[in-house]
Amino acid sequence: MLADRTQPRSAYVKEDPARGIFRVSRRVFVEPEVLARERRQIFDRCWLYLGHESEIAQPGDFLTRSVGGRELIFTRGKDRVVRAFFNTCPHRGAMVCREKQGNGAMFRCFYHSWAFNLEGKLVNRPGDECYTAEARVGGQHDLVAAPQFEHYRGLYFVHFQRSSESLATYLAGAVEFIDLVMDQAETGMEIVGGTQEYSIDANWKLLCENSFDGYHGIPTHATYFDYLQSRAGQLVSRSLSTGQAHDLGNGHAVVEYSAPWGRPIALAVPAWGAAGEQEVALVKARLEEKFGLQRAARMALMNRNMVIFPNLVLNDIMAVTVRTFFPAGPARNLVNAWTLAPREESATMRERRLLNFLEFLGPGGFATPDDCEALALCQRGYSNLLEAGWNDISKGMNSADPKIDDELQMRVFWREWDRRVAEEAA
Amino acid sequence: MTSAEVAASLKVTRTELEDFLYAEAALLDSWQLDQWLALFAEGARYLVPPAGAAEDADPATTLFYIADDYHRLCERVKRLKKPTAHAEFPHSKCRRLVSNVRLLGGTDSEFSATSNYVTYRSKMGATQVYFGHHVYVMRKVGGDFKILKKTSFIDADDIRDQNKVSIIL
Repeated sequence: MLADRTQPRSAYVKEDPARGIFRVSRRVFVEPEVLARERRQIFDRCWLYLGHESEIAQPGDFLTRSVGGRELIFTRGKDRVVRAFFNTCPHRGAMVCREKQGNGAMFRCFYHSWAFNLEGKLVNRPGDECYTAEARVGGQHDLVAAPQFEHYRGLYFVHFQRSSESLATYLAGAVEFIDLVMDQAETGMEIVGGTQEYSIDANWKLLCENSFDGYHGIPTHATYFDYLQSRAGQLVSRSLSTGQAHDLGNGHAVVEYSAPWGRPIALAVPAWGAAGEQEVALVKARLEEKFGLQRAARMALMNRNMVIFPNLVLNDIMAVTVRTFFPAGPARNLVNAWTLAPREESATMRERRLLNFLEFLGPGGFATPDDCEALALCQRGYSNLLEAGWNDISKGMNSADPKIDDELQMRVFWREWDRRVAEEAA
Repeated sequence: MTSAEVAASLKVTRTELEDFLYAEAALLDSWQLDQWLALFAEGARYLVPPAGAAEDADPATTLFYIADDYHRLCERVKRLKKPTAHAEFPHSKCRRLVSNVRLLGGTDSEFSATSNYVTYRSKMGATQVYFGHHVYVMRKVGGDFKILKKTSFIDADDIRDQNKVSIIL
């Protein structure tokens, strides 16, 4: 684990290791100039999550998504190759695909009826004979592909600059924690049940913090724990908050801990009955055989909340949630959330997983709405920033053994944010 | 069959069903959640599929916003009455409009009905509008209706404008 060490470089983040103080200016949540810098220095220059391979499993499958302020098409060709294009016609710019998802052989811009195949090549248009060879040269009339597009274990990312580090290098220590999720499946993980598309009236960075904030769990989510206790057999005897925070490099961080809820991968609660326990025992035995006792126990029993800088959350908790989000303004955050599950999972376990997910997570859960409320209240509170101008992120600042309810993981995020935002000013 | 024909075959009139649905909305508008819960039969379910979901969406295979069995529904009501249900403390101001009530079919002991709704929610200087349709499975015992299942479809593309679903629709 890396120590708290880097010196801040912008005026927005103040770090004083000797005194154990870490503060972030509340201006970063409200000022349009900060958001403009984030767009240039962060969203234009980081690997951003687009989607999972299972969402476009069949040749001809496509989906459209807004990522980093762009409109993208994520598609699998007849050749099974996965590609990402900007959703804009080379002619006048209209979005060529207006559906959220589907399956087809081409994208046709309805404005002048230019049509593109799944490889992005122009294949048909009215009056094609009226264009010179020079006008078409170099693919000028084809869809523009994402400058960089790579995946790690089925998680596809785009990068809007051509010369950047590879995805694997960028992910750094996060790779180990992605593996801990992806290795749970024998036949691969898949996104199940669709996308939750909601929003929070708060700055996007507040959701980064919240997604792996081990300090807020008990106070904010008391009603969720009340609910677990109300339900016979929904708890296992594992206490919350015995665990650790890790700096994974490049602004990524994770907390790993035990918790009292059931985990569909391999921690049964009594309510799942003998059949549930048996099913989980089989999975656990397979994991032990494949990965050894120690790693299998970690995969089966431990929970992990990870933020991959800047805006991908991979939380392996009572279900696995994949969550990404983008600012629509300093005080508005658009959230997309999914759940991942092993393909081979039984229908019963799949149902338990989905219920586990929405008991806690999502816009109608027993917990997420309260997170949204907390973040919106923070945002409203920042209207006082001239008189009350700083957030405190000092908890556990000089601890040699950072716990999940310390704030090391947020400091990791903020140092990377600060470095990238300050680069432009320098 | 038209709604009137269904009504005749079920010995349920649309007027009495409308009275019931308006009374249900009034209980929710006034946050009388225990009385609202009493409209449900034991074992009843309350579901909110994802925005724009198909009519046959199934919570066993689709990620809903809410898929309450009876226990979870009771706990949802308990939760919403607590000051620690932060998203709804203090309670938001809400008003529900219910219309286009139709009886869909069924038997005397169990029938289904649908209504369109617009639910306004106001809190902290912002107003959200939820619109869609409810599908009820109900039973009439003596003079009383009991809800066996209520599914509240949000007929929007997504819930970006509404943020979240912290109220009962």
